[in-house]
Amino acid sequence: MADGSVVLSVEDISITYTTQRGIVQAVSNVSFDLHAGETLALIGESGCGKSTIVLGLIGLLPKTGKITTGKVTYRRRDGRLIDVLGLNKEQMRQFLWNECSMVFQGALNSLNPVLKISSMIYDTARAHGMRADEAKKRALSLFEKVRLDPLRVFNSYPHELSGGMRQRVLLATALLLRPQVVIMDEPTTAVDILTQRSIIKVLKQLREELNFSVIFISHDLAVAAEIADTVATMYAGEIIEKGPVSEVFYRPRHAYTLGLLEAAPRLSTGAEELMSIPGSPPDLIDPPKGCKFHMRCRFVTDECKTTKPPLQASSPT
Amino acid sequence: MSTAQRAPLVELKHVDRFFRKGNATLKVLQDINLNVYPNEILCLVGESGCGKTTTGKIIAGLLNHSGGEVNVQGRPLASYSDRREKAHLRRTFQIVHQDPFASLNPSHTIAKILSFPLLRHKMVKNRTELAARLLELLELVDLTPPQDILNKYPHQLSGGQRQRVSIARALTVQPKLIVADEAVSMVDVSIRIGILKMLLRLKEELDIAIVFITHDLALAKYFAWQGRIAVMYLGRIVEIGRTPDVIGNPAHPYTRALLAAVPEADPDVTRAKEEMPLRSEDIPGLLNIPHGCAFHPRCPFFVPGLCDAEVPKLAVARGFNQEAACAPLELGLPLTTYAG
Repeated sequence: MADGSVVLSVEDISITYTTQRGIVQAVSNVSFDLHAGETLALIGESGCGKSTIVLGLIGLLPKTGKITTGKVTYRRRDGRLIDVLGLNKEQMRQFLWNECSMVFQGALNSLNPVLKISSMIYDTARAHGMRADEAKKRALSLFEKVRLDPLRVFNSYPHELSGGMRQRVLLATALLLRPQVVIMDEPTTAVDILTQRSIIKVLKQLREELNFSVIFISHDLAVAAEIADTVATMYAGEIIEKGPVSEVFYRPRHAYTLGLLEAAPRLSTGAEELMSIPGSPPDLIDPPKGCKFHMRCRFVTDECKTTKPPLQASSPT
Repeated sequence: MSTAQRAPLVELKHVDRFFRKGNATLKVLQDINLNVYPNEILCLVGESGCGKTTTGKIIAGLLNHSGGEVNVQGRPLASYSDRREKAHLRRTFQIVHQDPFASLNPSHTIAKILSFPLLRHKMVKNRTELAARLLELLELVDLTPPQDILNKYPHQLSGGQRQRVSIARALTVQPKLIVADEAVSMVDVSIRIGILKMLLRLKEELDIAIVFITHDLALAKYFAWQGRIAVMYLGRIVEIGRTPDVIGNPAHPYTRALLAAVPEADPDVTRAKEEMPLRSEDIPGLLNIPHGCAFHPRCPFFVPGLCDAEVPKLAVARGFNQEAACAPLELGLPLTTYAG
């Protein structure tokens, strides 16, 4: 893809947390490009840094978190480039929702229980200079697209909606101001299987109609297989493998990705042999030398213990 | 199946469980008929609110039933009256909870956590025996070397290790049955399979039955491949049978819908899945459970006048090996075309 199609470029970003025990290297030198219309899945297990990265991108890191290196560039629709990490508070406030919005995991926690959905829509619109009548029209049409009963939902309180409906409301609201990038943190983890299916379906349709880019954070390989164009596997704060979804799933090159796939049970096969990855992730206060996966890797060599391998294109096998 | 030759450990007969909520009654379980046999694996699967945890708690003796009968090792539960017999029940059934952060006391060492039930139930005679048993238990759950673990506190262990300690604690009293309620859903994917394999090994070595409660069908399929699966919906069992039958040739429309909806860790397979269109996406509340088959307002094969009239009974329909509770299926109607 041509460079002009990149909407969000993350270069060499590192994030640390200060804790009582010491400094945690939560994200180390992560880079990736997000193209227009692309869905990038960041997959990895708890503590791998996938949520930390996006919190860093949108300025929501807790006080103990600090971005130590890196650059994040965002390309607006008019072609202007924005240095995201250099935005001040007010600019960041405008950047969010207008250019980049976020859907969090627990839908109930993201909606104010004492406000009707309509109030939330109006508040968001007002804060970003969208007229109330336009906001209502846009919201109703989005609710329709995510297959909700538009007027009923618009006039409801969050507790009147089911978990799946709330998650769809959040999805629709995230698109209210026509952002180019939507970040989703485990959007289907807290919902039931049939609800998850309907959210995935709605998301696919919306993406087709509105052509936004998605950064999708998940520990669930199956959901990533379902919706991602590109998959990036994270381990111990680093992206250790990145590629088109079919490459990563069918021809994984990194031992960790391979291990994750071998540990994922499937339904459509008969009896199957699965394997765990031995050991557990390293302590990021005192990360190991070399490849951070080497203590758990079945292909380990002496070089792995001393030299950190760069992320590079591998030759076809 | 060899398990069928042995008398059941626990029998639930027409078991109901109701909860009061203000003036309303929540019918969380209705007419559950379920046997758990020695040394078998039984998976309870279903979505949140279907009653799988409540069923598990009744099986483990942690919750009373509101109606019906519960028999334990051939005797009604109520006949276990005196203290000694109740202690015997507690030793027979153990439960492993979902969250190992919450289920282990953070201010006790692992040694203390494991010693307590051993001493309380007089499973060891003296200190030497206690020390030996502690090491043995930790080795059973693959926490090696055990000496390194004994004096640690729960926060010094990883999530996977903590869950192994929970399992070791359940094993202290040499139970005949362990109820594992979402026991690996908080453990990372790469470590999960190791814990499940260990449970399968313990089942064989120690001759225990495991009731495994999960919302994850793929996990249920892997874990219970040699055992049985019961699918629950709104407080009832809608399908039950041997795992390969239920997963490979699902009978009940709800089971079919679930299997069609689960994403799989294989891009081509998951994207080619044919969706089963439901008539409604919303799960009815437990306060107004639909009349007849509780799934009928959502079921694409709904037959008016049949499905909404009576609660269907579990039965083996032609072409299947497992039992399912679906009226059209039992009448031999082909469930192939979707109702509008």
